[in-house]
Amino acid sequence: MNITIHGVRGSIPTTTLETKKYGGNTSCVEVEADGWRLVLDAGSGMQHIHAGNGFRNNRVDILLTHLHIDHIQGLGFFKPLFNPESEIHIWGPASKTQSLRARLGRYFSPPLFPVYFRNLTCKLVLHEVDDSSFAIGPFHIESCHIMHPGPTLGFRVRHQRGTLAYLPDHEPALGRDGLLHDVKWLSGSDLAKEADLLLHDAQYTPEEYKDRVGWGHSSLTDALEYAALTGVKKLLLTHHDPLRSDEELEKAFRHLQETTSYQFPYALAYEGLAIQL
Amino acid sequence: MAYAIELILNRQIADCLAIPVFITDTEGNLLFYNEPAEEILGKRYEDTGEMAVDEWSTVFKNKDENGEVLPPAELPLVKTLTNQQPYHKTFWIESLQGRAERISVTSYPIIGRSGKFLGAVAIFWRPTEE
Repeated sequence: MNITIHGVRGSIPTTTLETKKYGGNTSCVEVEADGWRLVLDAGSGMQHIHAGNGFRNNRVDILLTHLHIDHIQGLGFFKPLFNPESEIHIWGPASKTQSLRARLGRYFSPPLFPVYFRNLTCKLVLHEVDDSSFAIGPFHIESCHIMHPGPTLGFRVRHQRGTLAYLPDHEPALGRDGLLHDVKWLSGSDLAKEADLLLHDAQYTPEEYKDRVGWGHSSLTDALEYAALTGVKKLLLTHHDPLRSDEELEKAFRHLQETTSYQFPYALAYEGLAIQL
Repeated sequence: MAYAIELILNRQIADCLAIPVFITDTEGNLLFYNEPAEEILGKRYEDTGEMAVDEWSTVFKNKDENGEVLPPAELPLVKTLTNQQPYHKTFWIESLQGRAERISVTSYPIIGRSGKFLGAVAIFWRPTEE
């Protein structure tokens, strides 16, 4: 299972020289195995996915954790959507009030975007996902709602060669006492449990988080503690704050390394990072 | 297995409130009660953890204004668990220590985004004179 990180930035893309090392594109991760391809979130990093052939039925499965703009803004620029030979499956969170098509249609319509959903020329299939379990080719996917404003899913992608947990927008510490150490009461813990790799929200420093409780994101320290509680084998910190320069990010990371002690390896996610499980 | 996000969020709210809150699963098993509820139950969540329905439902004797025992089917929480609707009732509870107290109970079902019934919340109030 090959995993490629195409976007690690939270909220809004950045293009400054100061964020060039880790990258300024918003959330997007490509997962490939046995000729099948998944795309986790469609942030601006999606523009770096090469849409060439070679995949089974020219099929791409796009799994959206939620529909905040930084997670869907790359969709309209994903070339296979405009290719009649492509088969695109979009899996996104269900809602009691509006269909996934209706909600995505807000983006795929003027004035936000010049092309309507109905004008996409690919073979398009939409799937509404809840606390669900489903298969895509060689992948077994589990999804469940996690703590973040609006219907938001986390994903657990299991392949015979490894398990990836993906929770890029997540605030499990929301509450009076922060993270609850009983994992039954820990949002998304079934998804992350003993995963080979966890990609987790780490937008804020602990100091910043104090002023941003309820915004739907995690601190670097909470992400680490969450990984420890769920027993993951490796953690990648992602959804970096768009205002944080590479230098500031590395400074915060060094501080984390100096002040905490965990048994599992962890690192900052960056654009272009390729991992094989 | 982790609880649904709707149960977790209800617990987190309860944890921040000064009013007694009990949270159950769909069977009535007590999953969580907050600090103010500990006073009513006479037990600490830290000590008991979750409690089976048979265990915690016997802590109180529920009585009406005339001192008659209320059948379980008339209790708000039981009705909520049965019908998945909110209910409210004022009645008397008598603890195992024999202490009687007039109490109002408001209960509501936890029905998640998917429409799935996940459990119930009961809020206990000490009623002001009406």
